Amino acid sequence: MIGFDLIAPHLPVLTVVVPLIAGFLTPIIGWIDRRLPWYWVVLAMFVVLLIAGNNLVTVINSGTIQYKLGGWDPPFGIEYVIDLLNGFVCLIIAFIAFMVSIYSKESVKKEVPGKTTPFYAVFLLLITGLMGMTITGDIFNFYVFLEISSLTAYALIAMGDRGDGVVASFNYLIMGTVAASFILLGIGYLYAVTGTLNMADMQNILPGVYESKVVLAALAFFMVGFSIKVGLFPLHSWLPDAYTHAPSTASALIAGLMTKVGAYAMIRFMFGVFTPDFVINTTQMTNILAWAAALAIIVGSVLAIAQSDIKRMLAYSSISQIGYILLGVGLANMIGMEGGLLHLLNHALMKCALFLVAGAIFYKTGIRNLYQFKGLGKKMPVTTTVFLIAALSMIGVPGTVGFTSKWYLALGSVDAGQWIFVFVILLSSLLNIVYFWRIFDNIWFGHPHEIENIKRDEAPLTMLVPMVILAVLCVFFGFFAYYPVHYVIEPLSEALLGLGGVLSR
Amino acid sequence: MSGIQESVIIRTVVRIMVPFIQLFALYVIMHGASGPGGGFQGGVIFGAAIILYAMIFGISEGKKKISDSFDRILASTGLTIYAATGLACIIFGGMFLQYSAVPLLPDTALVSKYLIDLVEIGIGITVLAVMISLFFDISPPESEAGEVEE
Repeated sequence: MIGFDLIAPHLPVLTVVVPLIAGFLTPIIGWIDRRLPWYWVVLAMFVVLLIAGNNLVTVINSGTIQYKLGGWDPPFGIEYVIDLLNGFVCLIIAFIAFMVSIYSKESVKKEVPGKTTPFYAVFLLLITGLMGMTITGDIFNFYVFLEISSLTAYALIAMGDRGDGVVASFNYLIMGTVAASFILLGIGYLYAVTGTLNMADMQNILPGVYESKVVLAALAFFMVGFSIKVGLFPLHSWLPDAYTHAPSTASALIAGLMTKVGAYAMIRFMFGVFTPDFVINTTQMTNILAWAAALAIIVGSVLAIAQSDIKRMLAYSSISQIGYILLGVGLANMIGMEGGLLHLLNHALMKCALFLVAGAIFYKTGIRNLYQFKGLGKKMPVTTTVFLIAALSMIGVPGTVGFTSKWYLALGSVDAGQWIFVFVILLSSLLNIVYFWRIFDNIWFGHPHEIENIKRDEAPLTMLVPMVILAVLCVFFGFFAYYPVHYVIEPLSEALLGLGGVLSR
Repeated sequence: MSGIQESVIIRTVVRIMVPFIQLFALYVIMHGASGPGGGFQGGVIFGAAIILYAMIFGISEGKKKISDSFDRILASTGLTIYAATGLACIIFGGMFLQYSAVPLLPDTALVSKYLIDLVEIGIGITVLAVMISLFFDISPPESEAGEVEE
């Protein structure tokens, strides 16, 4: 292709610019015809998916990509750097967003009537923010995109349940602003000490000033800020309400992506701005993280059992799943890190599928209370099968993605000599069975005379296709975890832990 | 109508001041590249002028000047100007927003200046449109004409 050679070097910036332009053109598209924005969003997300896929393939084949915005050389200008870590996360974002955008057609029409155009405009801007956070190599540019993604997420959540959505969004706004302030202070501290905003440059300068208390404070601020952003256990209070009361589409998107990007940012700051030796040995930050994550895994699972609203239950389950990702990072050995990074992908697939199912059930029946799900297995067989697969995967049944990452995490814990984390993983899996079994029980094993008159009434095709694709991928990566592990996660873990290989440059 | 809206003095002063505030906004936008100022600040000042007008003469009068749909299109246009400028740089073989790559004039520094001005104008338009729509959205509907269609 002739045109492709010309555009290829600019793909990193287009990952961010395409959803940005598309987002701002959405009002005009919607003004022409109210039905058009959905096609527009699907098209834009498809283009972004192709770009992100191409970026990751380029990184695997020929190493880190750097893009100098405005032609200014780093560390003076802003640069976009794509390495294995953010190429991988970008592809997850693009894929999940594409799936959710297909799904959104009927759901948005029903749940945010009359506001579809603004919804899609904000949807695209949220993707812009997440992509920008992931792809940028400049620490202040990161903060700008963090704010873009947070503000759009508040707006999406506020469009949800009348009244409750606004309150949830306001709570999230306060917590999110506190988190962002911590992160901004951290950035300011590091800038004061190093005099640079470029992440790679900062990583070179920082080892010389590790004795400084300012650097320690900055690390602490980042960890607290990102912990709020990902909803790590004691700082999770905004998360259940926000996930529960957002429109179904927004819940799937935010649950699937926001916390993953937060976890990515945490990894990037720990290992890409500070050095692995500093966070692992000098400050013991990974150790603290592992224990906090173990606590989150247990508490999240226990609280999930107590919920009767399916979306709230999934939200608490998210808190425990985020724990798995951070536990892997906190173990700070090869296998644990691989498990954590793999769980980043797996949890995005599983949790997105589960929230999409919850949305589809709500779309068809208007029910969110899981004790009223009786007979759904007969009414919506495809949807409930997707739920079954994703939930089994969440429990960690062999043959699904959940098993692979839990296996890695357990091996990593053994490797680190921390048998208590193996116990935590086992216990949490048992608790997962408890809270998912209540739903299986209601969906499939209703009393015969209660369910005999139920007719098959499946969700529309635009909803079914993305759900089925996600469920198939849950199984596919369960059997073929080799591909992501071999091409991305193994070299990535080595690079992150500083065992060889370079993360950037 | 509250007292402040009936005052002849305030109405007259606002009527006279609004064009000057807008002129000042344009000055701030155009000086963004070479002096203190810029698209955001200029856009805020421009938006504030319209908001001042709407506060004194009523929301529905303000909406007659800038209707909701026009406002929405303005918000879209501004960012599109910005992004199109960046993409134009890519088309002419530079990096995103590498202004000097565009062969507009022989003097590349001058090209940079004009294109930065263009970007500032784009940002200004979006900021003013968003300022105004924020004001209209949170202001109570004062008549049936002020209700938003959707």
